[in-house]
Amino acid sequence: MTNHWIDIRNADRIMIIGSNAAENHPISFKWVTKAIEQGAKLISVDPRFTRTSSKAHIYAPLRSGTDIAFINGMIKYVLDDMEKNPQSYNMEYVREYTNASFLIDPAFKLPADMNGVFSGYNPKKRSYSKGTWSYQLDSDGIHKKDKTLSHPDCVFQLLKKHVSRYDAQTVCNITGTPADVYNEVCRTFAESGKRGKAGTIMYAMGTTQHTYGTQNIRGYAILQLLLANMGVAGGGINALRGESNVQGSTDHAILFHYLPGYLKCPEEDDVSVDTYSRIKYEGKNKDPRSADWWGNARKYIVSLLKSWYGDKATPENDFAFGYLPKREVGKDYSHISLFETMYDGDIKGMICLGQNPAVGGPNAQKERKALEKLDWLVCADLWETDTANFWRRPKGDDLDDTVDPASIKTEVFLLPAAASMEKEGSITNSGRWSQWRYTAVHPPGRAKSDLWILDRLFKAVSARYKNQGGPIAGAILDMAWDYGTGDEPDVHAVAKEINGYDLNTGKLLPSFGILKADGTTSSGNWLYCASYTEAGNMATRRNGLDPTNIGLYPEWAWCWPVNRRIIYNRASVDMKGRPWDKKHPVIVFKGGASDGKYISRKWIGDVPDGGWYPLMNPDGTLRDDAKYPFIMKPEGHARIFGMGRVDGPLPEHYEPLESPLTKNPMGHATRINPAIKLWHEVRPENNKIGTPDEFPIVGTTYRVTEHWQAGAMTRNLPWLVELMPDVFVEMSVELAAEKGIKNGNKIIVTTARGTLEGIACVTPRFKPFKLNGKSVHQIGIPWHWGYTGLARGSSANCLTPHVGDANTMIPEYKAFLCNVNKKEVV
Amino acid sequence: MDLTRRDFLKLSGVTALIATGLFNLKPLTARAQDLQLRIRYAKQTTTICPYCAVGCGQIVSVSNGKVINIEGDPDHPINQGSLCSKGSALYQVANNERRLDKVKYRAPGGSDWEEKSWNWAIERISSRIKETRDAELSDGRKTNRIDNIAAIGGAALDNEECYLYSKFARALGVVYLEHQARI
Amino acid sequence: MTAELSMLIDVSRCMGCRGCQVACKQWNQHKAEKTRFTGTYQNPPQLSPETWTLIQFIEPVDYDDNPRWLFRKQQCLHCTDAVCAQVCPTGAINKLENGIVYINQGICAGCKACVETCPFHIPKFDHHSGTVRKCWLCLDRVKNGLKPACATVCPTGAIRFGSRAEMLRIARERQQILTNQGFAPRIYGEKELGGQHAMYLLPENASIYGLPENPRKPTEKIIWRWLMGVIPGLAILAGIGSYLLKERSKSEAKTGGE
Repeated sequence: MTNHWIDIRNADRIMIIGSNAAENHPISFKWVTKAIEQGAKLISVDPRFTRTSSKAHIYAPLRSGTDIAFINGMIKYVLDDMEKNPQSYNMEYVREYTNASFLIDPAFKLPADMNGVFSGYNPKKRSYSKGTWSYQLDSDGIHKKDKTLSHPDCVFQLLKKHVSRYDAQTVCNITGTPADVYNEVCRTFAESGKRGKAGTIMYAMGTTQHTYGTQNIRGYAILQLLLANMGVAGGGINALRGESNVQGSTDHAILFHYLPGYLKCPEEDDVSVDTYSRIKYEGKNKDPRSADWWGNARKYIVSLLKSWYGDKATPENDFAFGYLPKREVGKDYSHISLFETMYDGDIKGMICLGQNPAVGGPNAQKERKALEKLDWLVCADLWETDTANFWRRPKGDDLDDTVDPASIKTEVFLLPAAASMEKEGSITNSGRWSQWRYTAVHPPGRAKSDLWILDRLFKAVSARYKNQGGPIAGAILDMAWDYGTGDEPDVHAVAKEINGYDLNTGKLLPSFGILKADGTTSSGNWLYCASYTEAGNMATRRNGLDPTNIGLYPEWAWCWPVNRRIIYNRASVDMKGRPWDKKHPVIVFKGGASDGKYISRKWIGDVPDGGWYPLMNPDGTLRDDAKYPFIMKPEGHARIFGMGRVDGPLPEHYEPLESPLTKNPMGHATRINPAIKLWHEVRPENNKIGTPDEFPIVGTTYRVTEHWQAGAMTRNLPWLVELMPDVFVEMSVELAAEKGIKNGNKIIVTTARGTLEGIACVTPRFKPFKLNGKSVHQIGIPWHWGYTGLARGSSANCLTPHVGDANTMIPEYKAFLCNVNKKEVV
Repeated sequence: MDLTRRDFLKLSGVTALIATGLFNLKPLTARAQDLQLRIRYAKQTTTICPYCAVGCGQIVSVSNGKVINIEGDPDHPINQGSLCSKGSALYQVANNERRLDKVKYRAPGGSDWEEKSWNWAIERISSRIKETRDAELSDGRKTNRIDNIAAIGGAALDNEECYLYSKFARALGVVYLEHQARI
Repeated sequence: MTAELSMLIDVSRCMGCRGCQVACKQWNQHKAEKTRFTGTYQNPPQLSPETWTLIQFIEPVDYDDNPRWLFRKQQCLHCTDAVCAQVCPTGAINKLENGIVYINQGICAGCKACVETCPFHIPKFDHHSGTVRKCWLCLDRVKNGLKPACATVCPTGAIRFGSRAEMLRIARERQQILTNQGFAPRIYGEKELGGQHAMYLLPENASIYGLPENPRKPTEKIIWRWLMGVIPGLAILAGIGSYLLKERSKSEAKTGGE
């Protein structure tokens, strides 16, 4: 989240799209309700009418996978309205804080002119060369801009041209949204563009789990930038994250593509700290008013290496940079790729801490089969999971007809782990608050914390290398790993290591601003530097006062970065440092002024995104020592035109890989995202893709309040099983009538990959979509069930395909083709 | 953070309510049950809900080493004491006969779990990790990268655990490193 | 004098998360029931000795065929004119001055008189204990200054608890707001059955939420016919008269019993 949970109360307009917040983040509705009772309008956009929709002022149905059309139409509405009613928008924000005014290479071409792709596309490689997706620079290397926003090469005009094709009628023919409802959504949300008004977008996996999930979010970002909603209280684009510490696990990089603190993962050609820093981070900007914060990355990677390799990381050995794994350039090691490689027999062992891919992974039957190829599997969990149990999994929908364990050679270790109240440590919520938890009771029997398990395992592996030697043993033996002598590792020592030290004085560092690249500071994760300082463990703070009055609670727990509760908050003030919204100021510049010039610096409110002077003096002159507000971008401006993505600088509508439409309704030849990897072509085995003639119905998956993720944490709890005992399939009254299905009947859902048995939930909350006059049905299935646990049932992921987003490789769980039939009773 | 019962009741706004005299009940007859609060003598500890990432505060009441109650922390600014159905059910994570309490092992081809000791498991796993890693690096490469061990999971772990996991995996040279954030 | 307490269930605020349903089980340490999915999210299907509250899921469509989804928390309404207490032959059902209607499990004989006569079908007979059980508004919590578990846990303020006067004030305020939004809201339980100690703020007709528009006590005649039928035995009958004299309106006891 750019903002945080309590901040939702400050919103005037709330659009929940790609999220079912009332069901999956129910406590968010404490704040949504508060906002509504203060006059906010709630818009719920979802293929089916949910518990969220039940509380909304406007419910807009859309067919799964059509967010881009939906949002591009909203962007078009805003741009058209801006022309007629510029006073209803914050044009200063758009002009000065976004890249709307930047000129793009004249050779750049939009999909309208390129049969559905952007310029630079190579169909053989299914990828883009991004040469034309670049800014025009002047002779000093500064970006050329047109502050009138009228130059045909400027981002604003390119955007306008791009979205001009997304008129409401075209949009509704794609999404299936009733036109009057759609217009009401556009009008209502656009009202948050007025100065002093704020609109927030709450999204979750309904947005990300598409082959163009990143572009869905880009659409939200563009809309929010045009409406001046980024950085302000009650604004932002807010990813509602689904696991209690998925934010923290992401921050600490249990992911292949970066290191803790979002430092890019070194690749084979990064031979030293110097080349890594220079090629990936430095010299990206020549504009003195741009802070280009990532230019500091060298300090962060060196400090990370000092935390990991301690005294063994020296300037002479390049701080042990050589020990870091270097991934193959451009190679994808993400979830789908991992399981495809395992299926091919190339992964021999796997460690799995508290995850259950046998239920949660896409094309789950293939992933379960892949586990058979492992020589060894280590699972640590609170429960016997479906993954740990894969060697006695059911063959099909009959849960008791299992595969033959004797034929599976994998040896499996199942380690009993401690639950949240049985150990001590911090977790980071979706609003980036790191909060400390305490040990209330001992874990049951011989169960141990994952910290203990990791510590023991590392020490045991290390001892083997010490005693027996082995290749590149130094990467392990030189690692600094000392968390006390007690049975349980000292979690505070780990937390302090994450924060980092001044290695000259041995003191904990107060902020990442003073990290150095010379090896005199350490920090295991620069983003968490300031979380555990000489003043104490910030995550334990419980001061319930809110001096800001907008719900920041600055001394309750701690928030990254540097306790900044709303990121990009310098965009919440005008160029002179005065808040756009006087009622909900996030920060205010209170420095001294003399003769029309600011002469001293002081910001009050939230921790500002950099404490520099405002861009403009009271007399309207620009300051040379000021910085643009979007400090994480080299150009200091938020990107409406985003050249960083691999599949296009602006979002274009494509169909899901499996879609009921055989052509792109935008009228060009590019049906699906042209930059996605087609696993069904490169690895056809068990990767079948269905066609609409055989599978005419759109399928989607989702969660319910009463269960959590792959289910082990809820399907084993009798109280929750009582509430939601079985797999069910939601469908419209119309579809049920066509198929002769009655509410409560047992039914079978089939896709090209597999089948699912569930109970029909026939409901007016699902409606067929009218696409250009043609009726398309959609069904939805919660995906929590599996074959292990107190409540068991078919896994919806036996239906979903192996295909991922072009940028993130997040699987397309949310839109696939299926068929539905009543189960014949034999 | 440990709370005394007085703190908890204070957090719950009880002081104000008692002051208004709302809670002077009619004395029950001698037959009536003793209505002592069942968490009266419990030790109370704050925690954060392990389900979604809203980050709701909870108070865990413990008596004789057992969790006897878990409810929302009324002082927590995000949830102010409220919880959803999952958060309200956390008691059954702490008290559940289905919880794993021993190390289990399934031998290759085995048809059931066997119980093992921690020492045995840690030794055996570390041996398998080393043998697998060494096989991958046996080609004399200089880069610490192994493509034959995967490490997944972590969204339910604490930050300190995630950090050590991340660090451990990199020491081994693991690049197939993934977790729930992707899926 | 003890102030009357009440719960206020503001149906317009409920989103059906069922935190209340589990919090009730957790606090009161009730067992889970074995259920099946039957085509609705509602589960268990009805109240039971182990389920003292549940959310009813109602899916009507409006005139334009647009879907709606309504959620109503079912539980004991703690009537002032509590027929259950009036018919209880053993005096196990106490109506406290604060308004809470509470079944003393040590005394309940399991005769089911209350089960059969409650206009809302709330009390349920427990075959294991041989007694009748129902919501007690977490009397143990209330006595110790805490709110009932369900009111504590509710995220959106759909369940509130406090003095009845304060709850009525809030209900009227919300009634006004909903009226301005075009609803025809009703405070259900303000007057019904002498005034309830769990009131609903309903945005529209009670019947759409499965509540009787005009809840009435069964007539005395029906109650007595039923009691005579199911509780044979002179000893018990003899006892009834004396208990009926206790803790309830004398006039009613007279016309009904003697």
